[in-house]
Amino acid sequence: MIAHAIVFYIFSLIAIVSAIMVTVSKNTVNSVFFLILDFISISCLFIMIGAEFLGMIMLIVYVGAVAVLFLFVVMMLNVAQQKNEWFNSSGRSSHIPVGLLVSIIIFFELIIVIGGWKYKPDLLDSIAIEINTHLTNTQSLGSVIYTDYIHLFQLSGMVLLVAMIGAIVLTFRQRSGVKRQSYFKQISRDRKDGIELVDVENNKGVKIDA
Amino acid sequence: MLSIGLGHYLTLAAIIFTIGIVGIFLNRKNIIVILMSIELILLAVNINLVSFSIFINDLSGQVFTLFILTVAAAEAAIGLAIIVVYYRNSGTIRVEEIDRLKG
Repeated sequence: MIAHAIVFYIFSLIAIVSAIMVTVSKNTVNSVFFLILDFISISCLFIMIGAEFLGMIMLIVYVGAVAVLFLFVVMMLNVAQQKNEWFNSSGRSSHIPVGLLVSIIIFFELIIVIGGWKYKPDLLDSIAIEINTHLTNTQSLGSVIYTDYIHLFQLSGMVLLVAMIGAIVLTFRQRSGVKRQSYFKQISRDRKDGIELVDVENNKGVKIDA
Repeated sequence: MLSIGLGHYLTLAAIIFTIGIVGIFLNRKNIIVILMSIELILLAVNINLVSFSIFINDLSGQVFTLFILTVAAAEAAIGLAIIVVYYRNSGTIRVEEIDRLKG
């Protein structure tokens, strides 16, 4: 029990500190690194409380894909121009106290909700899918996703497909002046267009109209 | 203090959620950090769902976390694509200078 508490406090402390560093660090590359650290510590927490599949998926999806995507974009755009400097923003900076006030109010509302909250008495009757302790986490998730939630699963696949097509369409740029192959022209060309048989007279040569 | 319950995880999620909100509110320079703050907020939601799912012994929370993960990945891809296109067209992505809709 004590080990559980110690590990929880260590990982959550790392997560909170790195979340703060994501928002305040001056260099955007550093904030992407702290985002990766945050995801890793949260996925360690997930693995610790028994959601191993989600912890691993968080590592693969967030650290492997999303954070690398962020890194690509940060390094592709001009990093020097986009310093993160909201602490010393000059002039008309009335948004900082108001923003801090609103966020503190949001935080205390959340804390009040968490503190004064109880299970409803008939909670145990309303459990949708009980966790089977004989199966591993991955196995039980898989047996649910592909049966009960198959429509939602396919819809989320559609969401990913649409996002992929949208990202490609948004960033696709047709440059002018670049010579490239036209497969359609190559394939639809027949013998008449390409080859001409000419009877060449002696000592006359052939005139080619290019 | 030493027995970690549901409240601890919910508090952690609330703290990370609030840090994400602060990052969106106070950031006036860098739009990529705003996208990262949105990722932090979605992460806090995921913590809530997973800890409820574990502590009340119901698997459906983890299923929904999986779908939130999908949507978060799609959102990051589209948002970054929009940022790249905007940078290509206008040469800047500072939040203060994105005022093209002002007219």
